[in-house]
Amino acid sequence: MKVETLTASPLRTATPVDPDDPSGVARAVRATLLELSRRGGAPHIASALSTVDILVAAYWYVLRDDPHAVAGPDRDRLVFSKGHAATALYAALGHLGRIPWSTLASFNEPGSPLQEHPGPGCAPGVELATGSLGHGLPVALGMAEAIRLRRSPARVFVLMSDGECNEGSVWEAAMLAPARRLTNLCVVVDFNKWQATDRSRDVMAIDPLAEKWRSFGWSATEVDGHDIDELVAALSSVPADAPTAIVAHTTKGAGISFMEDDNNWHYRQLDDETLDRALEELGGIW
Amino acid sequence: MRDAFAAAITALAAEDERVVLLSGDIGNRMFDRFKETAPERFINCGVAEANMMGLAAGLALDGMRPFVYTITPFVTTRCLEQIRVDVAYNDAPVAIVGVGSGLGYASLGATHHSCEDLAFLRAIPNMTVFAPADALEVRGGVDAAIRLDGPFYMRIGKKGEPVVHEQVPSMQPGGSLLVRPGRDVCILSVGVMLPSALAAAERLAADGIDCAVVSMYSVKPLDTAMLARVFDEVPLVVTLEEHSLAGGAGSAVAEWLVDRGDARARLVRLGTRDAFMHEAGGTAHARVWHGIGEDDVVLTVRAAAERIAAG
Repeated sequence: MKVETLTASPLRTATPVDPDDPSGVARAVRATLLELSRRGGAPHIASALSTVDILVAAYWYVLRDDPHAVAGPDRDRLVFSKGHAATALYAALGHLGRIPWSTLASFNEPGSPLQEHPGPGCAPGVELATGSLGHGLPVALGMAEAIRLRRSPARVFVLMSDGECNEGSVWEAAMLAPARRLTNLCVVVDFNKWQATDRSRDVMAIDPLAEKWRSFGWSATEVDGHDIDELVAALSSVPADAPTAIVAHTTKGAGISFMEDDNNWHYRQLDDETLDRALEELGGIW
Repeated sequence: MRDAFAAAITALAAEDERVVLLSGDIGNRMFDRFKETAPERFINCGVAEANMMGLAAGLALDGMRPFVYTITPFVTTRCLEQIRVDVAYNDAPVAIVGVGSGLGYASLGATHHSCEDLAFLRAIPNMTVFAPADALEVRGGVDAAIRLDGPFYMRIGKKGEPVVHEQVPSMQPGGSLLVRPGRDVCILSVGVMLPSALAAAERLAADGIDCAVVSMYSVKPLDTAMLARVFDEVPLVVTLEEHSLAGGAGSAVAEWLVDRGDARARLVRLGTRDAFMHEAGGTAHARVWHGIGEDDVVLTVRAAAERIAAG
């Protein structure tokens, strides 16, 4: 933690957001993640863009803080299991005021606490170090057990990618959570239809995804993963006797016309010109 | 040793509400008393060790003190990534307990042997690694685990091992127990090899070789103060473990010795061969097959001691 020695210039997208304007919040988070990616030379831009509206719905309109303490035991938790999309997480936490802008500006610089995949305790709100896929759900299951043992009302949300559903550990957890009747556990799959090198349905037989979760005993719903109202409604619903799975249909690269559904942006990086074009599309206020 | 673990974890759960026991669908009837004591804090995670280890990390990150229990290869190599990432990288205070370690389940075949776990686990940052020698050291190890605020791995034996100690020893990371004093040789015995080490020392005494025996239960961190003393005072040091020579406790001692840069005493390492056993046989047979039977210890130590005496 030597961030104070870093001298990153301020972020141009570090502008206030209005919580009454969800789509404005989402545009600001997209703008910041793009700026972070450009500065840090970080890939996975399209994966980060697809997940922004889910993060905004959860962080701004669903997750409850512990009324008694900052990061207290009764806070709702969000486990960001698709760690490769960390720029979206950092941008959201920046606009929420949890990561100072000066720290955010140091993203991926040598010595910065903010790496391309989130490290343990790297920022307030980062519940788990992630980066290797298929880890978030089992750990979240353990958190949900601990919360229930303490009779806490907190809920645990897990944000996963569709490629992540390739991992066997996901389905081990998927089979255990309903047997444990963990109603305080909610999985959201950011189903952007692509994984690193191919269509997710062509790599593995992922379809029908919601039906898979349902057949494992989850209360499963499908939503438009870019409709914040729909996401908030689904995230707020707590079934009586089963964990919740939300299959959020998204577009990889969502929000930037020249990136949408173009899997080259899994690894491609921005230059100054493409960053300017992208920010222009998001409203051009930066 | 597994019964000792069941008794120890049940007693601990009764006094500490953070203790949760996770089982990978084993321990039939063994944990009945635990389930009576703390029914909400026993989770049968099924035959799904990767998920079990992640779940344990989640419990630990949320204030609980989980103990994860199943047969050693399944609670170590089967879910090594979850140990490395979920437990160790996040520095979650999970206690991993492997039963039937080394050659404890020899007759079940090499799927159930674990002669690599010490190598894997001690290479992981934040991890403490214990190998208790008898039922009382298991109890001492459980006590040490709950005091430790970090990842912990303990490989224990199976059932019916001889009890060496007379009372529960005080154990901590970086500790060891001198079980038998001696001037000519010191056997650093790891885990369940202790009775063999003591029996070998007794036989060597008849040859006029005065052999000390240490239970080196803390494989990581090593008891470096003990090692420094032993290597300064005894001309021959022998490590003995039911684990591969590649990366085990003997390797750890050899690394320490090389880094120390002063190898006046000679080090001999006894451990399992770089091979899977492809034949039936119990623990005693498997030890002989691997060259770590009691006779192997006596012959090896005697030969090395004679070479040293001959200059």
